[in-house]
Amino acid sequence: MRTPIAYFLLLSAILFALGSASVLLRRNALRIFMGVELQLNAVNLTLVAFSRMHLELDGQILAFFSMVVAAAEVVVGLAIIVAVFRRTGTADVDRADVLRG
Amino acid sequence: MPLDNVVFWVFAPLSIATAIGMMVVRNAVHAALFLVVNFFTIAVMYLLLDAPFLFAVQIVVYAGAIMVLFLFVIMLLGVDRGDPLGERLFGQRTTAVILAVAIVAEVATAIRAGVGFATTAPEGFEAANPGGNPSALADVLFRDYFFPFEVTSILLIVAAVAAMVLALRRSRSVTQREIEEHEGDDLEAYAMAPPGAPESMRGGTR
Repeated sequence: MRTPIAYFLLLSAILFALGSASVLLRRNALRIFMGVELQLNAVNLTLVAFSRMHLELDGQILAFFSMVVAAAEVVVGLAIIVAVFRRTGTADVDRADVLRG
Repeated sequence: MPLDNVVFWVFAPLSIATAIGMMVVRNAVHAALFLVVNFFTIAVMYLLLDAPFLFAVQIVVYAGAIMVLFLFVIMLLGVDRGDPLGERLFGQRTTAVILAVAIVAEVATAIRAGVGFATTAPEGFEAANPGGNPSALADVLFRDYFFPFEVTSILLIVAAVAAMVLALRRSRSVTQREIEEHEGDDLEAYAMAPPGAPESMRGGTR
C-alpha cells in the first residue's frame, strides 16, 4: 500500500505552520525571509500532492511557476534587505520604520 | 512495509526536524544550512509523488541557486552575530506558537473532511505522463500554459533589473570646483560615504 496523500498534506501543513511561526518569531529580515521560503515550499508540496491525487499535471505546472516566482522574489527581496542594511546598518525589521529611501 | 513508506517515514520527520532547527537556531548561517537540508527532503517528497522533474528543479533552484544567494547575502551583511532575543510585543512568542498549532489543527480537520486520512493516490499516473514526466510537463507547459510561461520571462528580467537598481551603490559625479573646494580633505572617506550622510561621516574638515 502506498503512502496516503493526506500524510503529505499534513507534512505540508506542519511545514507551513513552522514557516509562519518563524516569520512571527524572528526579527532579522533574513530569518523572516527564510520562513517565507519554507512556507512557499510547503504550498508547493501541497500542489504536487494534489496533482498526484487527481492524476493531473496542472498542479506540478503551478508548483513550477511558483518556484520561478519565488526565485524572482528572493532576488528582489534580498536586494531590498541589502539596500536597507546599507541605509540603517541593521537587518532588524523593527529598525526599518521609515518609508523614506 | 513498501519502500516508499519507509522513505516517507525517514524523510518526513527529518523535514520537520530541520524546519524546527531553522526556526530555533540563533546563527543565521546554521539556519540557512538547516533550510538546505529541508529543501532536499521536500525534493525527496516530490520523488515519492511521481514528480521527478520537480525533484530536479527543486534541488537546482532552491537548494542550489536560492540558498547560495541567501548564504551570499548573509556573508555580505555579516549578520552571524545572531538574532536579538526578547520580545518587542507582549506575548508575541506565545501567540505565534498558538497560531501555528491552530493552523495545523485547522488544516488537519480540512484534510480529514476533504481527502480522508486513508485515501491513497490512485494508480495510473503513468497514463497521465505519456513519454515520461518531463516530456508530459513540457507538453502541458508549452501548450496550455504558454502565455503564463512567457510572462514569467518578463518577470525574471524585471526582477534582475530591479535587483541591480536596488543593490547599486549610487556614485555621484564630482565637479572640478568641488575638488578644489575640498582640497586637503579625506576624499576617500567622502567618496565611500552614502549620499545624504551627515558631514561627520564624510570626514569633512573644511
